[in-house]
Amino acid sequence: MWTFIHKLGSPKWCYTLCGRLQPGFWAAAALLLCVGSVWALGYSPRDYQMGDSYRIIYVHVPSAILAQSIFIAMAVASAVLLVWKIKVADMAARVMAPFGAAMTFLALFSGSLWGVPTWGTWWTWDARLTSMLIQLFLYLGVIALRGAFGSADQGAKAVAVLTLVGVVNIPIIKYSVVWWNTLHQPATFTLTQPPAMVASMWMPLLVMVLGFYCFFIALTLYRLRNEILRRESRTRWVQELAD
Amino acid sequence: MPRSTTGMKFTDEERSLAPVAGTTIGLSAVWRAQVKRELALARRRGGDLLNPLLFLALVVVLFPLGISPQPDLLAEIAPGLLWVAALLAMLLSLDALFRTDFADGSLEQLLLSPQPLPLLCLAKVFVHWLLTGMPLALCAPLMGVLLSLPGTGYLTLAASLALGTASLSLIGAIGAALTVGLPRGGVLLSLLVLPLYIPVLIFGAGAVQAAIQGGGTAPALALLGALLALAVAAAPFAIAGALRISVNG
Amino acid sequence: MAFDSFSALLAMGGYAKYVWPAWGLAALLLLGFVCWARHERRQLFEQLRRRRRREARAA
Repeated sequence: MWTFIHKLGSPKWCYTLCGRLQPGFWAAAALLLCVGSVWALGYSPRDYQMGDSYRIIYVHVPSAILAQSIFIAMAVASAVLLVWKIKVADMAARVMAPFGAAMTFLALFSGSLWGVPTWGTWWTWDARLTSMLIQLFLYLGVIALRGAFGSADQGAKAVAVLTLVGVVNIPIIKYSVVWWNTLHQPATFTLTQPPAMVASMWMPLLVMVLGFYCFFIALTLYRLRNEILRRESRTRWVQELAD
Repeated sequence: MPRSTTGMKFTDEERSLAPVAGTTIGLSAVWRAQVKRELALARRRGGDLLNPLLFLALVVVLFPLGISPQPDLLAEIAPGLLWVAALLAMLLSLDALFRTDFADGSLEQLLLSPQPLPLLCLAKVFVHWLLTGMPLALCAPLMGVLLSLPGTGYLTLAASLALGTASLSLIGAIGAALTVGLPRGGVLLSLLVLPLYIPVLIFGAGAVQAAIQGGGTAPALALLGALLALAVAAAPFAIAGALRISVNG
Repeated sequence: MAFDSFSALLAMGGYAKYVWPAWGLAALLLLGFVCWARHERRQLFEQLRRRRRREARAA
């Protein structure tokens, strides 16, 4: 176990490991996303309350789940950087941030599109939408802070501190927004969701969620390899690789 | 050379030796010395103290001019408006928290001192709250008069601001410490810090709303206190870590 | 199959203008990230090669 972690600290070893892992994840992502899309769009039954508009759920839920897990993954990477000074962890955190922001935006966009047929409005200050919006600002803050630092090492640590502060705050923000929401709006705008989804509805959802996860892992591995090359471009093994 | 280990009474010679490792100075003495230094600096700067209050007053004046001078409408938005204005005033004062110390090198001295850095940071933030948050909490009720805030809200407004601005100072200091080394940190600082301010704003403005509507203010004030307790416990370490990163790389 | 025909699938039971943009943005983002990452990699290798050539000439 410990030797594994020590090996992860070596960029070269990490580069080859990512290279070996990534084709499997790309294939799984492609397969799951294709099967999931066809199943979700064509074969899952129509919802008796929301009609076909509920099919937005198949992109809304996976992106919302990813938006949260990516921030947690970034926080774990940040902690690893600050505790063990493993540079690869910071590279991973850097590579994950834009995709996390994109997924947060997708969750907001699909949520507000869904809001029109179900709530009759593009935007309501629903607790989940509001905390998602705040999370988007947290992502953008992390990306902006990284961009502001000239030195990569200094920026890495500063971003790590901010990410950890952010991850402590996310549940606090979430609960405060829920509290605020119940204070200001009586529950007229709850999502009209059937009590339990039937299997033919949640099975494609599960496939889509897994597909999004695989895509995220594959993309992170791919971009992590780029990042390793970029930061290690002075070393001999990278230069030999370029030829 | 005999050295006093009891507390504050140092000769000049001893004071110059104080940063040397191995001198035993009690934590409370460190705290007092740091607070005294910050207060002395603030006294010499003078005018800066009034700026957040003027900012609060100006923002409050803008709203009746921009929206409508009707007392009913103003009374309804007053709690949130006063809280948002106070929050922005706190935000604007943050950029200067570490910047002058960073520019003249005394921040590096602070990092080199053998005393625990989180405690020194906490003392700095405490003085920032004392000179920015407290005056805002005391003046906000006056601004409430301009916005025809209902009578039951004044005490809660001052109390919630006094509690809440302490959390704002602590959270904001993390952002200020992260951006102190950057040439144009100001706008970035607000981008980093504002999302983290939202819970404090919700509970603070919620307490005042509750007071106006005749509900119990205890839950919201208790939650503000809980946020403050968490911030006091955790933020000094984050501030200290961020300062080390910003100064030493 | 939940729909009778392909045009019924496109119509989404009257909700086409909500469902398709959401799915469209999802597809756009995923494909966009793939293209971006590939572009990044290609540029990186070009940069590495250019630097190597420059250093070889200097030596």
